[in-house]
Amino acid sequence: MSDAALGAVAREHEHHDATGAKIGMWLFLFTEFLLFGGLFLLYAVYRTKFPADFHFAATTLDVRLGTVNTAILLTSSLTMVLSVAAHERDNRKLSTAFLALTMLLGLAFLVNKYFEWSTKIDHGLFPGAAELATHAPGEKLFYGLYYAMTGLHGLHVLIGIAVMAFVLPVAARRPRRRVRLGTQSASRLALTAEAGGELWAETPEDAVDEIEVSFLYEHNEELAKRDRIVVENTGLYWHLVDIVWIFLFPLFYLIT
Amino acid sequence: MTALGTYVKVWLALIALTGLTVTAAGLHLGSLSVLAAILIASVKSSLVLSFFMNLRSEERVFKVMLGVAMATMAVIMLLTFVDVWYR
Repeated sequence: MSDAALGAVAREHEHHDATGAKIGMWLFLFTEFLLFGGLFLLYAVYRTKFPADFHFAATTLDVRLGTVNTAILLTSSLTMVLSVAAHERDNRKLSTAFLALTMLLGLAFLVNKYFEWSTKIDHGLFPGAAELATHAPGEKLFYGLYYAMTGLHGLHVLIGIAVMAFVLPVAARRPRRRVRLGTQSASRLALTAEAGGELWAETPEDAVDEIEVSFLYEHNEELAKRDRIVVENTGLYWHLVDIVWIFLFPLFYLIT
Repeated sequence: MTALGTYVKVWLALIALTGLTVTAAGLHLGSLSVLAAILIASVKSSLVLSFFMNLRSEERVFKVMLGVAMATMAVIMLLTFVDVWYR
């Protein structure tokens, strides 16, 4: 196969649009923004209706635990952006390490959340509990919103961690271009093996119709971009989850 | 490419603002405390948006899209509160 033909095959696998992929991610983030926005609106309306109950209910939340979790999530945003930056600098090992660290911080956030919820549930402070039924109506609304909003946020953290698990190998791999070459069936095909010897298809049964050749590019910016956008979009999602928490934290823990 | 030091500085600012919002909540500023909390949270999110999400060096279309989404949310909030206040 001539070089020109090989180039044509390679290019058709190469098409990608980084800006388009990023716009798509942002559009998805706006739907998330409106989803949480609706819940924040609900919170705002009920808070104006029951300001005293909301203030009283908020005193039961652990400010120290909330602050620690805020610091954890902010730090995970830093490690996430450092993972993207390391990938930009072609340091895939460091990028993968930072991504793994981000996952660990996300897990730490969820572990704290588990202990926090457990304490509340032990005290009978959850929707439907007999203990909470004796509380003021505004307090019931506060706890309902608390579980719904921090729960939905926690679900997003969990999804973020799962996405990162899939992205880890993408961040780690070197840019590689796969090219499929057609061969005439039953023709004798010679491949130069790594050691320098030649491999021959000896009989028609051994002959192949198609071989896949994978070229490894150590420094190919075009190919690296394809993986980079995946890492970048994961980062965008993670930062949105961080922003939601930035608003959840003062509105639930600090309004006492 | 943004310098790595910039990201660390933004992170330090975010941690400092978290400290500030916790301190401000302890001061019992009354109705001002909600305003302070939302103001600080807004500053923190703009830092995350412009530096961590790289919006500041993104093409114009991204900023316009964010503006549209925020304006939509603002209209929904305003209309709801007009109903809550004047019902």
